[in-house]
Amino acid sequence: MTLLTGIFLLTLVVITAIAIVQTKNLFVAVMLSGVFSLLMAANFLILDSPDVALTEAAVGAGISTVLFLAALSLTAEHERDFKPSRIAGLVVLVTIGVVIYATFDQPRLGDPMAAPQQHVAPWYLANTPPLIDVPNVVTAVLASFRGYDTLGEVFVVLTAGIGVLFLLSGRPSKTAKAPPPPFHGPVEGLRHYLIPRVVGRLLIPFIFLFGLYVQFHGDFGPGGGFQAGAIIAASVILYALLEGEPQALRVIPMRFLKILAVGGAVLYATVGVFGMLLGGNFLDYNVLSGDPVAGQHLGILLVEIGVGVTVTGVLLSVFFAFATRGKM
Amino acid sequence: MELLGHYNYWVFAILLMVGFYASMAKSNFIKKLIGLTIFQAAVFLLYITMSKIDGGTAPIIQAGAENAVYSNPLPQVLILTAIVVGISTTALGLGIIVRIKEEYGSIEEHEVQEMDRS
Repeated sequence: MTLLTGIFLLTLVVITAIAIVQTKNLFVAVMLSGVFSLLMAANFLILDSPDVALTEAAVGAGISTVLFLAALSLTAEHERDFKPSRIAGLVVLVTIGVVIYATFDQPRLGDPMAAPQQHVAPWYLANTPPLIDVPNVVTAVLASFRGYDTLGEVFVVLTAGIGVLFLLSGRPSKTAKAPPPPFHGPVEGLRHYLIPRVVGRLLIPFIFLFGLYVQFHGDFGPGGGFQAGAIIAASVILYALLEGEPQALRVIPMRFLKILAVGGAVLYATVGVFGMLLGGNFLDYNVLSGDPVAGQHLGILLVEIGVGVTVTGVLLSVFFAFATRGKM
Repeated sequence: MELLGHYNYWVFAILLMVGFYASMAKSNFIKKLIGLTIFQAAVFLLYITMSKIDGGTAPIIQAGAENAVYSNPLPQVLILTAIVVGISTTALGLGIIVRIKEEYGSIEEHEVQEMDRS
């Protein structure tokens, strides 16, 4: 039954992907890529990965669509006619054939003897309860066992955010062919539309609350800093869409968002350095408290807050950089 | 049944190449970037497919379920972070596209190349 549901969802995913490539209307392509992400999230859920599904739904179907739409409003809504070369299509078809032929050597879906199930995964599953004692093994691996890796990812997110702010905070050059249109009057958002206003105002506090729940319940259930950051950012983006960006920036100034983005990454690194000062290794949480397991709990909590704060800060400053380009 | 167990990998192959086609053969920069996200999603699917185990459940350990089988947490961790890194790099790409549009007045690769040549 799960297999059939999976096949159904994946077939829809393929159809959506082909439709995205085929359509000339970029607005349609972006909305379809939102559908694509949501289908992918449902598929991750039936593959027993609720953490990944939550992230994909919040990031892929939510934030990514908003960013693409913001970019479309600054560029163009239609693709020009262009004849792609036939060789590209041929190469693609041949490669699909070769890769599918190669998959017959792969272990089938869910094979308990498959190589990925053998080496380090059983160790993580067996040692998370005694060493770290949080129910969600994904959180334990993410924040503690592979804490270095996650620290690196957080800094990649921060660096990408800095890159976007650099790109979009400068003025266009004097020879620019299509500078952003001049600003006429304040941006009103959707304040004058009854249904978005009422529904949006009702939803925003609950989305925010759910984000906090995902953040702090991430040790026990699906969730954690990455998902929570995306969900909290989504609630603020909804506010900005309803009330207009100037109003949203009055509530949460850009300065504050930049402090959030940097502060979260610094908090993560500080926890690591603090472990060193207390006599442990970098990102060793055992020494943070008298009891090693309590130390792990504290370390994971702080590190996840760092991740959540950075992701919120970066996603929101990126959104505002796009949304206010040429308007302020 | 044995054969259908490879369906996820076939979809991986198709999505990978659909994304590749969109990012290579299409001329529109936004379309290229969407193609790149499809390519990324294909890799996510490959990893998560490897984490699934028969009769397993999500890797959240429940008290009193000692015999439970859990799916592999490691690919999930890798992909979970990769999704967020992916959106950040996509945002960077969109930023570059917006700047290209402002400077060249076009987001079509062949038009931008013509302007560079002339």
